[in-house]
Amino acid sequence: MKIVGSPAGRPSPFGAEEPGPAGAASGGGDRAFGTEELLAEVDAAERELTEAAAVRGPAGTGTAGAGPRTDRPGAGDGGATRDGGATGAGTAEAELERFEALIAADGKVEPRDWMPDGYRRALLRQIAQHAHSEIMGMQPETNWIGRAPTLMRKAILIAKVQDEAGHGLYLYSTAETLGVTREWLLDELHAGRQKYLSFINYPTLTWADVGALAWLTDGAAVVNQVSLCRTSYGPYARALVRVCREESFHHRQGFDILYALSRGTPAQREMLRDAVARWWYPALAMFGLPRDRSTRSDLSLAWRIKRAPNDELRQRFVDICVPQAEILGVELPDPELRWNPERGHYDFTPPDYDELMRVVAGDGPCNRQRMAHRRRAHEEGAWVREAAAAYAAKHPAEPYGEPPASPEAPEAAEAASPNVPEAVETARGAGIPMAAETAGAPQGDWPLWEVFVRARRGFAHAHAGSLHAADAATALRNARDLYTRRGEGVSVWVAPAGAVTASSPDERDAFFDPAADKTYRHPSFFDLPEGVKHL
Amino acid sequence: MNEPTAPPAGPDAAGDPGARGFAVRGSVEPGSVARGSGAGSLLAGEPGLPGYVLGLGDDALVAAQRVAEWCARAPQLEEDVALANIALDLLGQARALLSYAGELEGLGRDEDALAYTRDERDFRNVQLVELPDRDFAVTVAKMLFFGVYQHLLYTALSSSADARLAGIAAKAAKETAYHTDHAVTWTLRLGDGTAESHRRMQAAVDEVWPFTHELFEPFPPVPGTVDPAGLRGAWLEPVERVLREATLRRPEDGWAPTGGRRGTHTEAFGHLLAELQYVHRAHPGARW
Ligand SMILES: [Fe+2]
Ligand SMILES: [Fe+2]
Repeated sequence: MKIVGSPAGRPSPFGAEEPGPAGAASGGGDRAFGTEELLAEVDAAERELTEAAAVRGPAGTGTAGAGPRTDRPGAGDGGATRDGGATGAGTAEAELERFEALIAADGKVEPRDWMPDGYRRALLRQIAQHAHSEIMGMQPETNWIGRAPTLMRKAILIAKVQDEAGHGLYLYSTAETLGVTREWLLDELHAGRQKYLSFINYPTLTWADVGALAWLTDGAAVVNQVSLCRTSYGPYARALVRVCREESFHHRQGFDILYALSRGTPAQREMLRDAVARWWYPALAMFGLPRDRSTRSDLSLAWRIKRAPNDELRQRFVDICVPQAEILGVELPDPELRWNPERGHYDFTPPDYDELMRVVAGDGPCNRQRMAHRRRAHEEGAWVREAAAAYAAKHPAEPYGEPPASPEAPEAAEAASPNVPEAVETARGAGIPMAAETAGAPQGDWPLWEVFVRARRGFAHAHAGSLHAADAATALRNARDLYTRRGEGVSVWVAPAGAVTASSPDERDAFFDPAADKTYRHPSFFDLPEGVKHL
Repeated sequence: MNEPTAPPAGPDAAGDPGARGFAVRGSVEPGSVARGSGAGSLLAGEPGLPGYVLGLGDDALVAAQRVAEWCARAPQLEEDVALANIALDLLGQARALLSYAGELEGLGRDEDALAYTRDERDFRNVQLVELPDRDFAVTVAKMLFFGVYQHLLYTALSSSADARLAGIAAKAAKETAYHTDHAVTWTLRLGDGTAESHRRMQAAVDEVWPFTHELFEPFPPVPGTVDPAGLRGAWLEPVERVLREATLRRPEDGWAPTGGRRGTHTEAFGHLLAELQYVHRAHPGARW
């Protein structure tokens, strides 16, 4: 994207390469602007995570959220949160003290660490709402897949909507590390007890809405989630790093759709104006209630579940959008919108928070339609899920059906599918009790699998995340689709989550410290005499 | 190749060499229905390589449009992701093939001109791909029958003398191996799952089966192409095996609807095109 010069002293649209005569002060001091800076923050958050992992030992080092199931506290009993009382290691006060010290030191909380009930509840509410938003947010965009005006745009839109389904899956498996099941989470969504972001309850009326929705609401999501990459809960932070990298493509393709319209016919430009005017405030409302109306926010900030106040993120988003809107030649629907040189930010009219509350409560234009669609898809899919579970129970030893049409092109089949014998053999050879996993769950959700991917340039299989499948064969296929869809992997393993045994965080010191003082295991321990080579 | 040889190409098979471009409505037979496979030549009016490539491209495009209808309503989130992958593969094939068909046609039409501005009667896809996916079992049946067919055809075409077509086919052969694999996975699970899933899967197989005959209608020999008429034996073998393994009954051959390759489609197809083309056609000449 060619950057057209923005007025001096103001943030430029996609990065701060041109801060103008006022220099770095343009960003209001501590905050940089633009997609490049946001992605740099994601990188920084990832480094922070890696360092935290090095300090804390190897538990739960997957990149996409969940740790192995054995990292999960008493799983499976719905929304019950674990008793915040004393565990073996000490009294409740001591645990709380240790927890607060960890938070204060910017450490990461891992699934089996002791955590206060309130922390677990706030976290679960946040992650559930995020996961639900990813899958509910597919609907307004899916509305235009069939009508996308070029085949290229159609492909991009399908890929984007698919990403959102993937994000939903990463985040559901993250929520599952807190001891709830995806089935329960979906029930809560379908019953209306857990919420999703309000912007999803607005209609997509023209093709321009597809662009405006992505530019504004994915853009807002990026701002929000980049900040969340530094959340105190390890699995959530890891999931968000992955999500954020994918979101930035969403945001850009949205802008690209609008940019094409801005250079198009009068009808296209009117379409653009109309869509941006309708999506501006739903996007601003995504940052939630302002400080003076929100009670939960403070607690989440104190526990570092959230890392920045709603209003600060909203301001940051406005500052990013205005110069981009100028490039699009589209007016944002706010007569009060103007650069404030004293503040170093744009002044703007905040969203109508009463409208936000009405939409959250269920009275937006599309709440009923979206919920009915979601429930219908779930209900109409029940027979398929049951069939897969029934088949898995009948064929416990049969990992997958052979592709019938590929024998004459074996290399092709191998390259195109995840049926890498290595992976299957590993799953089978480990003597994994697939029948035991599946036979018990014919009615509900499919069992949970942990996924390990060897990256294209990777040295070994690394935990990538988890997913649900009725049996090993479909788990492997789903893993291929979910965790390697950008060509990330060359080999995939799946294992039933219940078959993974992890070390205990409580015994971390006793478990790993004895290895720390055996420095003579490392070649650097030994001094070499002068002149010795090849040793 | 255990299929009876199809009747020789009809008089219109030679086509009208004067008519350039794909809209050759005058030569289209009115809704013809034949028994068994093979009812005259394919792509009457445009029997050469351009028509052949166009037919494959239209197949992929229409199949992609149907599969993409599952977005945000698949039976399980994991399946939503899988079906989107398949739709993307098919769409990629369609774009490559339509672009090539447009170049071969030589009238300056690109992939979008071909996808968005032809009328119903000018599309050359088989009817199977346009059938509505009312039920997940129907989607699986279509994906099994069409996937195996595409895989066989693309595999053969990957050694086509036409380098461009061979390249497109080689990539598509890998993709369709995966689609087939996905379809087999689900055929087994639905066929041999619950009583309800068995009933639905059998009904879907019965519903789609008649439309498979059209896949193997002969194509007049053109250098660089593979005549699908020769593929039915290779197709039947794995398909029958999978159906058997899935405890499903292989339907009798009988009614064999046809006409897609000559521009005669099912009623559902016009609605599919209306959705596909609406925005593009509402803004003639606009760039997106
Ligand atoms: Fe997302
Ligand atoms: Fe997104």
